[in-house]
Amino acid sequence: MSSDNIIEVNNLTKTFGKFTAIDDISFAVKKGEIFGLLGPNGAGKSTTLRMLSTLSHPTKGTATIGGYDTSKNDMQVRQLIGIVSEKMIIYNRLTAKENLHFFGSLFNIPKDTLNKRIDELLELVKLTKWKDNQVGTFSTGMRQRMNVVRALLNMPQVLFLDEPTLGLDPQSSVEIRDFIKKLNQENGTTVVLTTHMMVDADLLCDRIAIIDHGKIIALDTSTNLKKIISGADTMIIKLEIANLNPDMITAIRALKCVDSATQENSTSLHVIVHGEEAFDSIVDIIRKKGGKISSMANLQPSLEDVFLHITGHEVRDSADQKIPLEQGPKHGFGAPKRRGVR
Amino acid sequence: MTVKTVLNHSLRIAWKDLLELFRNRLGLVLLVVMPLFMMVMVGFIYPTGGANLTNMPIAMVNEDSGFNGSTIPSQTFFNTLQGINNQTGMLTLTNASSLSEVKDLIQRGELSGGIVIPSNFSQSFYSGQQGTVIIVTDQSNPQVSATIQSVLSIVFDNMGTMMAQQQLQGMNPTLNATTALALVKPYNIQTQGVVAGNPSYFDFIAPGIMAMTVMMSVMTGLPVAISQEKEIGTMDGMMVAPINRLSILLGKTLAQTARGLIQGAIILALAIGIFGVAIQGNILLVFALLLLGVFSFVGLGIVITSFTKDQETAQMLMMTLMFPMMFLSGVFFPIQQMPWFMQSISQFLPLTYASNALRKVMVLGAGVPQISTELIVLIAFGVVMIAIALPVFRRMMTR
Repeated sequence: MSSDNIIEVNNLTKTFGKFTAIDDISFAVKKGEIFGLLGPNGAGKSTTLRMLSTLSHPTKGTATIGGYDTSKNDMQVRQLIGIVSEKMIIYNRLTAKENLHFFGSLFNIPKDTLNKRIDELLELVKLTKWKDNQVGTFSTGMRQRMNVVRALLNMPQVLFLDEPTLGLDPQSSVEIRDFIKKLNQENGTTVVLTTHMMVDADLLCDRIAIIDHGKIIALDTSTNLKKIISGADTMIIKLEIANLNPDMITAIRALKCVDSATQENSTSLHVIVHGEEAFDSIVDIIRKKGGKISSMANLQPSLEDVFLHITGHEVRDSADQKIPLEQGPKHGFGAPKRRGVR
Repeated sequence: MTVKTVLNHSLRIAWKDLLELFRNRLGLVLLVVMPLFMMVMVGFIYPTGGANLTNMPIAMVNEDSGFNGSTIPSQTFFNTLQGINNQTGMLTLTNASSLSEVKDLIQRGELSGGIVIPSNFSQSFYSGQQGTVIIVTDQSNPQVSATIQSVLSIVFDNMGTMMAQQQLQGMNPTLNATTALALVKPYNIQTQGVVAGNPSYFDFIAPGIMAMTVMMSVMTGLPVAISQEKEIGTMDGMMVAPINRLSILLGKTLAQTARGLIQGAIILALAIGIFGVAIQGNILLVFALLLLGVFSFVGLGIVITSFTKDQETAQMLMMTLMFPMMFLSGVFFPIQQMPWFMQSISQFLPLTYASNALRKVMVLGAGVPQISTELIVLIAFGVVMIAIALPVFRRMMTR
């Protein structure tokens, strides 16, 4: 065990009946790191987070936080962590202050310290003005800010965030991302977040673990992950074809040099190719099918491309392949989500 | 983790739950309205022995010219009938011309019954024979029919007694009225209850409804409250706090118990204030019994909590359990009215004992010694259920 690892996960496995949600994963998170679990819905991100935050016990394997086992020493672990679940953990009928007071009182924080901390936290997320208003009257962005500071009452060393920007408007998303960054830089809080939003992962995380079907299929920094694509002789081409049709796409996909072809809208196509002949082959086949190319661009790889390249399917594709609901994990974190990506 | 911290945390949770409850205005209104509805419905629809039947239209067919209000029998008849009617307001008398008209009017639903005095009534009376009075009833409504029969029987019975008394005096003028009456009707029936007064149906159902409401609050309120928090996700917030799982359970139970007792107190206030229910026993004993009822149901509530994953299932399970329990425990109808197999089932329901004990205390003014069997059953049931429930709950929480 390395001393600068605050979280260590060894051969963690979780099964629900016959369904394996997490399949023998191992990783470590360094102290002060922002660590992202990226993957489509149903990949097992939330289940992992639930096990790390002591809410669920692993079927096999272990996880430790600050050296404490999440199942055997759960009380110690709980002192160290805070969770921001996708479902907001706040009571709508209580005021902002009452909410924080309630959750704070469960941590045995002395009254004076707690009151002071509540004031500070409310100020931090600019909710002081509304501290005596019932949370149910707040906007989604305000509620999410409440939801985040609620997890900070015990000044956790590790903060777990499950889809922190889900359902937020772009401005609120930026606010939350900035807040997480600030918390990490100023307090040295280790952050573990799950997301299926490439932007979140790209902008926030020091390292990203890509999870698909319960396994970690890649783990590295965002830059290094992108090198997987640009390092190989892989290219990403964006094509604008005025008379794009399904027949044409099928023909392109059939080409040997094409890894994947995704239609983005009625006229544009996103193609990942490899090999020197790739450009020519694609142009040839489009011409042969009578296509009119109006523009063609070579793109920088994004995390989405990395995901596509590694898994062979899109983030949103696998959402549809999600395991049947009744077999799925029946708990708050991993409840079925129907929202697509972006 | 000391007992004190567990209690402290559970009090926080209970207070939070109650705060949420008090902020829910509509919920608070329903807290009062629901038992009120139940009392009104049940109390008015199922009255005691027809005492609440009023103004039933009765037609009288007088075919006897001698029975015209001037003779003694007819005077007695009218006086007695009027006397009873003034007391109860049960009947409304009209006149009809013949038996067939009365039957026709009953078939139309305009009459509830009729009295026919045949043409030879006075004559047979004076010629030393028994007279016959015909009472016609509406058989489509057994309760009304039975009431009319009993009321009119009393009227004619009194009339017969009075006439016999007068005749006896006529035969032997030395007899005074009292002796004559004693000869004709040697004894009088006096009914006496355990307590003074004549309890109404409300006195019967109020204890039952109280017992039911309070106990349902833990048996069904607990699963609903817990599964609701699981569903909206707030349960995770408590679960990741370093608190004993028991605190959550205890806190939720306390809040539900408080809610149940508040509702019980509301029912009691309504029963006393609006429905004129009198409490014969000790009111503290009433609340102690309600608390004991809660205790006996907590275990069952926890077991249900452990088996329900979402709020909808909890609600449905609650309905499924509540209805048979409501009727089988003798809350609304006396258990003695039920067929034997239902009576057997009701002996296994704790609500039966709770509502029985409560009824004994509230209506009959019983004390602890008189309800010791019920107390023992309730305590035993509670202990056994909690012993079953705690391991089940622990397993659910650490899935």
